[in-house]
Amino acid sequence: MEVSGGLSLVTIVLFLPLIGLIPLIFLREDQHDAIRWTTLGFTLVTFAASLLLWAGFDGNVSSLQMAQRNTWVTFGPTDAPYVISYFVGIDGLSLLLVIMTTFIVPLAVLSSFRAHVIHERGREKLYYGFMLLLEWAMIGVFVAQDLFLFYVFWEITLVPMYFLIGIWGAENRVYAAVKFFLYTVAGSILMLLGILYVGINAHTFAMPDLVAGVQNGTINFPFVGLFSTQGLLFLSFFVAFAVKVPIWPLHSWLPDAHVQAPTAGSVILAGVLLKMGTYGLVRFCLPMFPEASAAWAPFVAVLAVIGIIYGAWVSFAQTDMKKLVAYSSVSHLGFVVLGIFALNQAGIEGGIMQMVNHGISTGGLFLLVGMLYERRHTKEMAAYGGIWKALPLFGAISLLVTLSSMGLPGLNGFVGEFTILLGSYGSTVLGAGFTVFATLGVILAAVYMLKMFQKVYMGELDKEENKHLPPLHWQEIAVLIPIVIAIIYIGVQPAPFFHTMDATVNQLVAHVGEAATTIASNITP
Amino acid sequence: MIAEQEESGQERMVQFGSISLPLGTVIGLITFCFLIGAAGKSAQIPLFVWLPDAMAGPTPVSALIHAATMVTAGVYMMTRSNVLYHHAEVTSFIVTIVGASTALIAGFIAMGQWDIKRVLAYSTISQLGFMVAAVGVGAFGAAMFHLVTHAFFKALLFLGSGSVIHGIEHGHHEAHSQGGHGHDAHDEHADEHHDEHHEEAPFDPQDMRNMGGLRRRMPITYWTYVFGTLALAGIFPFAGFWSKDEILADSWLAGLFENNLGGYIALGLLLISAGFTAFYMWRQIEMVFHGEPRTEAADHAHESSPLMTIPLLVLGFFSLFVGFINTPTGVLGLSNIFGAHGLATWLEASVANLHIAEFQPLIALGALIIGLGAIFLARSIYGFNHALTKKGRDPLEARPESAQAFKLANARMYWDEAYDAIFVRPFQRIGYWLADKLDWAFWHDYVHDTVIWRGFVAIGDLLANPFDLGLIDGIVNGIGRLAQWISARGSRVQTGYVRTYAISVLLGVVVVILLLLLPMITNAR
Repeated sequence: MEVSGGLSLVTIVLFLPLIGLIPLIFLREDQHDAIRWTTLGFTLVTFAASLLLWAGFDGNVSSLQMAQRNTWVTFGPTDAPYVISYFVGIDGLSLLLVIMTTFIVPLAVLSSFRAHVIHERGREKLYYGFMLLLEWAMIGVFVAQDLFLFYVFWEITLVPMYFLIGIWGAENRVYAAVKFFLYTVAGSILMLLGILYVGINAHTFAMPDLVAGVQNGTINFPFVGLFSTQGLLFLSFFVAFAVKVPIWPLHSWLPDAHVQAPTAGSVILAGVLLKMGTYGLVRFCLPMFPEASAAWAPFVAVLAVIGIIYGAWVSFAQTDMKKLVAYSSVSHLGFVVLGIFALNQAGIEGGIMQMVNHGISTGGLFLLVGMLYERRHTKEMAAYGGIWKALPLFGAISLLVTLSSMGLPGLNGFVGEFTILLGSYGSTVLGAGFTVFATLGVILAAVYMLKMFQKVYMGELDKEENKHLPPLHWQEIAVLIPIVIAIIYIGVQPAPFFHTMDATVNQLVAHVGEAATTIASNITP
Repeated sequence: MIAEQEESGQERMVQFGSISLPLGTVIGLITFCFLIGAAGKSAQIPLFVWLPDAMAGPTPVSALIHAATMVTAGVYMMTRSNVLYHHAEVTSFIVTIVGASTALIAGFIAMGQWDIKRVLAYSTISQLGFMVAAVGVGAFGAAMFHLVTHAFFKALLFLGSGSVIHGIEHGHHEAHSQGGHGHDAHDEHADEHHDEHHEEAPFDPQDMRNMGGLRRRMPITYWTYVFGTLALAGIFPFAGFWSKDEILADSWLAGLFENNLGGYIALGLLLISAGFTAFYMWRQIEMVFHGEPRTEAADHAHESSPLMTIPLLVLGFFSLFVGFINTPTGVLGLSNIFGAHGLATWLEASVANLHIAEFQPLIALGALIIGLGAIFLARSIYGFNHALTKKGRDPLEARPESAQAFKLANARMYWDEAYDAIFVRPFQRIGYWLADKLDWAFWHDYVHDTVIWRGFVAIGDLLANPFDLGLIDGIVNGIGRLAQWISARGSRVQTGYVRTYAISVLLGVVVVILLLLLPMITNAR
């Protein structure tokens, strides 16, 4: 692994959104177009730069690539100091999530151009500033290779999202913003304690060093039971991530945040912020605490499966479209968590794939709901019906996104779901039982998604208000087209995505699998 | 994923993740799961209720998707998996029972329907039951044969019913555009007899009670429909005769030579079903084409355009001749003309467990007698009896001895109602309970917003007020002022602002960090 202190492309991608803040500061509040297009420009450049990352990425290498490491803080004894470093780099896992982030943020920005609520409440400069700040922090979360740096970015993401919900949200926005903030911070504090314990015992906060140490035994977090040192460390990280995912039953903040957030906020929340939780599970919990992960896996998987069914069932009973999509996230991310804790190649790759897919599909659903909301100012399904007849193009795209979210073969959702089910079925720590229940979620997904589609788009166009809805603006089409392309492309040609993460996941599975076998043999003599 | 290993003894064990099962059990389970899939796709008990409802689609769609092609996918899939089914005795028996009872029950329901397409829908289910039962007794060739012949004559019948509906609709428009006649003949009868569901009910062009006498008005439709009916009823020498006979013969042989109980059960149930088939089809012929028109719509009906009748003629031709693709030897020397066992020979290459069935004259004759008998029975009930015309009721309904059975068939054996009560409504009720009560009222509002949040606030108040002001102040007067000062400061912490809480969280974290770092720093010195 080459790690230098020289400027890496990763750093450039990371800081591009932040650089975008500089021209934004010098723009006047009334220069609306300039503010918008500057922001969009920088997010698009960031996306282009992240594609360069992909182009330069070697899928056959499992270790970090394009890494950059500079010492940031040193403290403690001079002979064995504690070092916190600015350490960024990408592997297959990070790369895909970075690309997903830089893909979704420009769409969220573009969709904000025509958002009513921003025109109403004003402070556009602040809004787009927060968008850029958020993108910076989110990329930071995915590229940080130092536990402390990761934690910094992790917490920074809360600030812009807190204000996005709190200032530009719906009626109950302050309540939702506070709840979102407190809930996540409460989880994160446990992780901070875990990070401190790990860093102080290992004398390093750098992930590659930690993982190598755990692998060759120089760093040892003793594992003798679920609540031994390693078990508790696992839990401290797990709870923080579980809140973010959210894993059932820690999902109570999600419907509030989603329903109150402005459209772009929901898109980023569902598309990227939730993935920080599942990313954390794969990046930190699994490699640092392999034995604990394997031992806790069945328990986590039970929560995941409950989440899959519970989220879907609750989703079915919603009348508010945004709430329906919000709860569907609980169900979909249950699949991701199940895949991750299958602890095998198929499960983890499926989980990562599904993270990306969920970002695209659910992000797309929130965008669509947002577009309806802009036209009718309600999210109640009962207010719609026959929308296909009023907006045929919109209806067709909605159908595609709905089917993608349901996991129709040939579209992106199926690729991830199928791989996850394959993984959990063959998992040595889980087993077929989990898969049987998880597949129920696939049926339930069809139930609640088709119910929404039928109520909103099908049937007669019987409500007077719906008869003269303005057709899609070109900006709205421009937002939806990339989503449509991504849905079909990943559905038909997922191989490049799998190839990108193959080596990374392979190494992770080899590392965790060993521990899993040990645990399994201990449990069943 | 699946690792097979030779165990001591003969039973091979198959590994599924953490579960290990004997090979025979595994094949049994796989084939059973396949059966459930096939039951869904090929509309078998208990998953057949969707097909009659899907007939709401346009008639050509019904003909293509719901009769000839898509629904046969389940049968095809099981035939494809014949290697597995060949080794799964228990599942094969279940397949037989499912298929034969579906054939029987759907045939029974078809006898009590008034909607021309609904009769055909249940007929399709019934015929699919024949094919599934054939798979169950190992007659894969017969199943595929019936699949092929059925595709032709059922597509013919669906398109023929489309032609009839088209004719009735046009007749209806014509009758009403002539003016004067507000009511048609049937409505008048209905009014006389206080038949409530015809009052103000819109004219139903698919209701066979609104038809009659179309024979002379739509001759091409009539004759092709008769061809389709004879083929479906299994009358020599139409296509259905050959394929149905092969299924019956194979069932009998399976019982006779393989000591397969399922074979006898299938033979018995399928013979009764064959009688039902002939009965409900001839009932249709009588109600739709024979007798006198019962409505003005029927009176004004005209033959459809060549665009519709040419496909009927083509399919009529095949309904007569397609059975000869698999002519058995020894029947009037027909195999000398058409070649012997053409289809079976062709399939042999790809269906490993296919066996060529020999013609069984006894079975064929028996089935033929049952079919013809049922036709004559239907003619005697519906043909010369004018009860239907006069009362708008079914003759079977009018007779006390058959009224109950007819009511049961007419109500589709309350199958939909039962599913609604057993599955749909509990599913919805649980969904609403989960969403409104458990997730929202309890988990969201009570636990989070009341217990946790209020509890947090209350403890803060408690610390600030009674504890500081009351207890401490009361005990130590001297320190009282200090306590007051602290409590005043302390209560100020409860501002409700996130920033204040965030700072206190931060302070707490700093304290924890210091506590953790303290030993390290002292050690270093």
